[in-house]
Amino acid sequence: MIEIKNIKKGFNNNTVISDVSAVFQTGKCNLIIGSSGSGKTVLMKCLVGLFEPDEGHIAYDGIDFSLMNVNERKELRRQIGMLFQGSALFDSKTVEQNVMFPLDMFSDMTYKEKQKRVNEVLDRVNLNEAQKKYPAEISGGMKKRVGIARAIVLNPKYLFCDEPNSGLDPQTSLVIDKLIQELTVEYNITTVINTHDMNSVMEIGDQIIYMYQGFKEWEGNKTEIIFSKNEKLNGFIFASDFLKDAKDMRMLEIKGKIDENRDMDKLLKD
Amino acid sequence: MNFFTHFGKFILMISGMFTLPENWKMYWKELMQQCIEIGVRSLGIVSIISAFIGAVSTVQTAYQLISPIIPKATIAQIVRDTIILEFAPTLTCVVLAGVVGSKIASELGNMRVSEQIDALEIMGINTKAYLVLPKILAAFIVVPMLVIYSGVISILGGRFAGSMANILSTETFDKGLLINFTPYNVTFSLIKAYTFSFIISGISAYYGYNVKGGALEIGQASTKAVVTSCIAILLADYALASLLL
Repeated sequence: MIEIKNIKKGFNNNTVISDVSAVFQTGKCNLIIGSSGSGKTVLMKCLVGLFEPDEGHIAYDGIDFSLMNVNERKELRRQIGMLFQGSALFDSKTVEQNVMFPLDMFSDMTYKEKQKRVNEVLDRVNLNEAQKKYPAEISGGMKKRVGIARAIVLNPKYLFCDEPNSGLDPQTSLVIDKLIQELTVEYNITTVINTHDMNSVMEIGDQIIYMYQGFKEWEGNKTEIIFSKNEKLNGFIFASDFLKDAKDMRMLEIKGKIDENRDMDKLLKD
Repeated sequence: MNFFTHFGKFILMISGMFTLPENWKMYWKELMQQCIEIGVRSLGIVSIISAFIGAVSTVQTAYQLISPIIPKATIAQIVRDTIILEFAPTLTCVVLAGVVGSKIASELGNMRVSEQIDALEIMGINTKAYLVLPKILAAFIVVPMLVIYSGVISILGGRFAGSMANILSTETFDKGLLINFTPYNVTFSLIKAYTFSFIISGISAYYGYNVKGGALEIGQASTKAVVTSCIAILLADYALASLLL
């Protein structure tokens, strides 16, 4: 579990995130959503330690990050896996070498043991056939899966994903979302996902935080998000007429008022 | 940003390199890889430039020594000292600033922009120690070797050109090489080589490591790295010559 309290962060006298508090649960997909510039990436970078918050506290399983010494922070970092928006794969290394890198750096395994572990995780993300390829030779979806494999190879307790579906088609996005959700439950990880993909929100959003102009505007889950009366949230999620209609249809389904013909105009008048 | 800001950030980068490696074997591997990248991959260009510089030095020195009372062996003496004192260390390192410096800056810049450096940081790796220090150490190891190699090839190039152009025979050239040879010149050449190797690798790594932006900024960082390295090499060249000769 990760607990954040009153996090504030700014750059050059501009406050980017203000007074953000939340609890990210273990074994669940915790989503941070918001429009571009709302502060969600800065919040995520504060969570993983790339930025130091100006104010506030971040606690990993009850232990305050700011009170940790250098060695404790290093130890914590080995329990963190991160999937970057662009995958951040090492260009000069093959897929196998990329996934093996954390094992090479931090484990005392023999080469055969490392290879076995790499095969296990690549099998888990369905990428065994691409082991000897370089990042430039694989597709965007495959790169994301390699990134996930590298992030989980050391059995992390915390998994951070920064816009994991960025640049992917809807079908591949769904595959990535499902994979992240399955791994979260299977390994009982605390997963935090930064996204503005509503498909992800509706598919895997166990706990959702909506950021608006640096503040936490709303918090809930994927069912509550449909019924929320928060105007800013609704304006963000249901920005298109298509999604507005889909929301109305869904609400009618939930209320049991939808008929076979699905005549929306008639039903909405009712 | 002014010079002092850059200098301060440079010192912070250098001081941040000195931590215990997370894994000695991986650091050693990276060091060896950089030695190959910086040293072995530069052999071709250094060979070509050195051979021609030596040849041109011999021909042009012969052109200028028109007095018949000056023995031909003097040409070899002048070419030897010019190569050892200046051409081998300075010219080779200016070329390496372009070849190696731009490579280091663009590699690190690309890693910064594509978040590979962030990925390493999140894994708990000190990226200054893992990415920058091996490059600087590799430069310390291989650049002096390249300078010595350049000196040898230049002198051989001059010897070959001298005999091909009927300026002086190889025997006369070899005799001239031994006249008034000052071993300190080799020491001075190596002092220059070590100084320039730090300049090339350190400045290039600084610009690459601190890139902010995209492809345009990577290119700009690479150009700045080369230009700044060249200027710094020439300034250091003058300073060392004034202080040590």
